[in-house]
Amino acid sequence: MNLRRIKPIAVKEFRQIVRDKRSLILLLIYPALLMVLFGYALNFDVKHVSLAVLDQDNSRASREFIRSLLHSEYFDLRGYLSRPQEVDELLDESRVQAVLVVPTDFGVQLASGREVKVQLNLDGANSNSAAAVVGYVTAACQSFSGRILTDLLLRSGRNSISLPIDYRPRVWYNPELRSARFLIPGLIAIILLIMTVVSTALSIVREKERGTMEQIIVSPVQPIEIILGKTLPYVLISLVASVVILLTGWGLFGIAVRGNVLLLYLGMFVFLMGGLGLGLLISTLTHSQQAAFMISALLTMLPTIILSGFIFPIRNMPVVIRLVSYIIPARYFLPILRGIIVKGVGFGALWQSYLFLFGFAVLVILLSTARLRRQMA
Amino acid sequence: MPEPAIVVESLTRRFGEFVAVDNVSFRVDKGEILGFLGANGAGKTTIIRMLCGLLSPTSGRASVGGFDVAREPEKVKASIGYMSQRFSLYDDLTVTENLSFFGGVYGLTRKQMVPRMKWALGLAGLVGREASLTAELAGGWRQRLALACAILHEPGIVFLDEPTGGVDPISRRSFWDLINELAAAGTTVFVTTHYLDEAEYCNRVMLIHNGRLVAGGAPSELKARVIRSPMFEVECDRVIDGMEVLRRQPGVKDVSVFGNSLHVVVPDADEGQRLIREVLGAQGIEVRRMAQVLPALQDVFISLVEPRSGGRWPEVAGHESGVGGQRSVVGEPRPGDGR
Repeated sequence: MNLRRIKPIAVKEFRQIVRDKRSLILLLIYPALLMVLFGYALNFDVKHVSLAVLDQDNSRASREFIRSLLHSEYFDLRGYLSRPQEVDELLDESRVQAVLVVPTDFGVQLASGREVKVQLNLDGANSNSAAAVVGYVTAACQSFSGRILTDLLLRSGRNSISLPIDYRPRVWYNPELRSARFLIPGLIAIILLIMTVVSTALSIVREKERGTMEQIIVSPVQPIEIILGKTLPYVLISLVASVVILLTGWGLFGIAVRGNVLLLYLGMFVFLMGGLGLGLLISTLTHSQQAAFMISALLTMLPTIILSGFIFPIRNMPVVIRLVSYIIPARYFLPILRGIIVKGVGFGALWQSYLFLFGFAVLVILLSTARLRRQMA
Repeated sequence: MPEPAIVVESLTRRFGEFVAVDNVSFRVDKGEILGFLGANGAGKTTIIRMLCGLLSPTSGRASVGGFDVAREPEKVKASIGYMSQRFSLYDDLTVTENLSFFGGVYGLTRKQMVPRMKWALGLAGLVGREASLTAELAGGWRQRLALACAILHEPGIVFLDEPTGGVDPISRRSFWDLINELAAAGTTVFVTTHYLDEAEYCNRVMLIHNGRLVAGGAPSELKARVIRSPMFEVECDRVIDGMEVLRRQPGVKDVSVFGNSLHVVVPDADEGQRLIREVLGAQGIEVRRMAQVLPALQDVFISLVEPRSGGRWPEVAGHESGVGGQRSVVGEPRPGDGR
C-alpha cells in the first residue's frame, strides 16, 4: 500500500463528485429531506384519537367520567350519539376510532356502590394504535374507580386513606415517550447507509463501463489503494451529510446529542467505511450501473429497516431471522446512535457494537479488494 | 547487440480447453515499432494482457523491460505505458486533471509533474485548453491526450491497443507521426491494429491468427517473401464473377477482391496477363484496366490466412467477438466478400 497512490485516486474521485452538482446536492440535501419526510410521517405516538360518546345516562356522574377521559390530549371528542345504532355506522365509515358507551344507570349504580359496566368499541384495524387506546382508557377507568373508592372510604369515617400500591412510573431518557426520539437515530443509520452504498456501488461499475478501469489496472496501483482511494471522498461527503441530518433532527424534532459527539462520529466513520465497502463490493460483482443500483437498494433498504431493530425489536424475532440480523451493519450502529444521542452513554456500554462495526468494515473492504484483485488478473 | 525491450519465449495461454495464445515467441528491440496484426479473438489482447502483467502465462515466459511478467508484474507495470482502444479518459475531468491523475497513480512527484505536464500538453497539442473538460474534445485530441496520459511517466515501452479506432484519417496520420517521434527518442512501441495501411508504418509486423504467429518481418520483406510471383490489379465489371472464374483457372495462383478491382497472382507476368484477359473475356467480363502492382500487406495476409481460415478474414466475417468487432475495418475493401 502506498499513500502516494491513494491520494490521486481520492482527489480524482472527489473532483468527480463535486463536479457533478446534481449528485452532490442530492448527496447533501436528500438525507435531510428524507429525515423531514420520515420524521413527520413515521410517528407511533397515539394522540388525538377521535372519540364519540353514547351517554345513555347523562347524569352528573357520567359527565364527570367522560370529562376525565377527555381531559388529556389523547382523545378528541367528535360528538355525542343519541342511538346505539350510530355506533356501528361511525366505526364502519371510520369516522371515529373509538366509541364509549355509558349505560343508563351509571350514576345510580355508582352512588349505591355497585359495579357498572362501561363499554369501549374501537376500530382494531390498526392493532398498534388500538392497543394504545385500550391502555389509555383502562388507566383512566382505574384512576376514576380509585377516586370513587377513596371518596367512599373517607365518607365511611376513615380520615386518611390511600391505595395499597402507589405506582409511579419514571421513564428514563425519553420521559415524554416521544417516538421521534426512538426513530430518528435509526433514520440516521438508514439514510446514511442507503446513500453511501448506492453512491459507491455505482463508482467502480461506472469506471468499468467507461473503460477507465482498464487504464487503472495496468498502472502499478494496488486494489486496496483503489478501494481506499474511492472510499475516502465518500466518507468525507457522508460525514458532511450526517451533520446536516443531525442538525435537521435537532432543529425540527428537538433531538440533541446527549453523549459525546466525537464518540458518535467515530461510530459514524466506522459504519460509513462498512457501508462504502459494501457498495464497492457490489460494484465489483456487477457489470452495469442499473444492476449495481438495484442490488444496493435491495440489500440496504428493506433489511436495514426491518432487521436492524429500527422499529421492530430483534429480540422478538424467530431465531432464523435473528441470525440473519447479525450481518446487518445497522444492527450494531443503532445501539450506538440511540446510546449516544438519546441516552448519552459512553464507550463502555457500546464497545461491542463498535467492535462488530469495525469487523464488518474490515471484512467488506477485504472482500471487495479480493474481488477487485481477481478481476484485475 | 543491445538488450531487447521485450522477449517472448514459447508463450502459451489457455482458457480451459481453448488455447488463446499458442507457443508464441518473438523479441522486440529498443526503439522499435512493432505492429501486431490480427482479427479480434486472434489472441492480440491476450498477449498484451500477459505482457502488461495482468494475466499470467500458462506456460512459456516473457520479459518486458528486463522484468519477468509472471514473477514481477508490479515492476513490469511501472515500466510500461498502456493505452487502450477506448482511450479511456475521465470525461468529467479537465485535461490537466486527467494528466495529474495518471501521473499520480504512476507515482510522479509534484516536482516531476510540472515539466511532464508541460511536455504532455505540447505533445497532445492542448496548450491553452488545459481547463477544458475532456468530454468537449474531439476524437483526435482525446486520442493524443490518452497517449500523453499513458506516457507521462516516461515508460521505456508503450503498448497501444488499437489506438486509432474511430479517429478520422488526418488525426490517424498525425498520431502515427507522434508514434514515430517516440520511437526515434528510444521508446519501444508495441501496437496492435487492424488497419492494414497502418501496419506499413511499423518497423516490423507480426501476424497472429488463431493464437499462433503466422508471419513476421518488415512490411517490405514480408511482401517480397510471401508473394514472390507477379501480381496484377484488374479493373473490370462483375468483380465477384470474375474472381470465381479466375479462381477455377489452373494457371492462376491467387485471386482476391481489392476495392472494386481484383488482385490476381500469376506465375509469369506476360503469360498471366494474357490468360486473365482470355478467361474474363470468355465470360463476357470487360477488363477496363490492368496493371502489375506491388503487393500490399493486405495481399500478404489474405494469402497467408486464407488457406487456414476457409478464405475469410475473421473480422469481416463477424463471427469473432470483441469490443472492436462492431467498428472494425480491414483496409478499405472487404476481401473475401464474394465467397
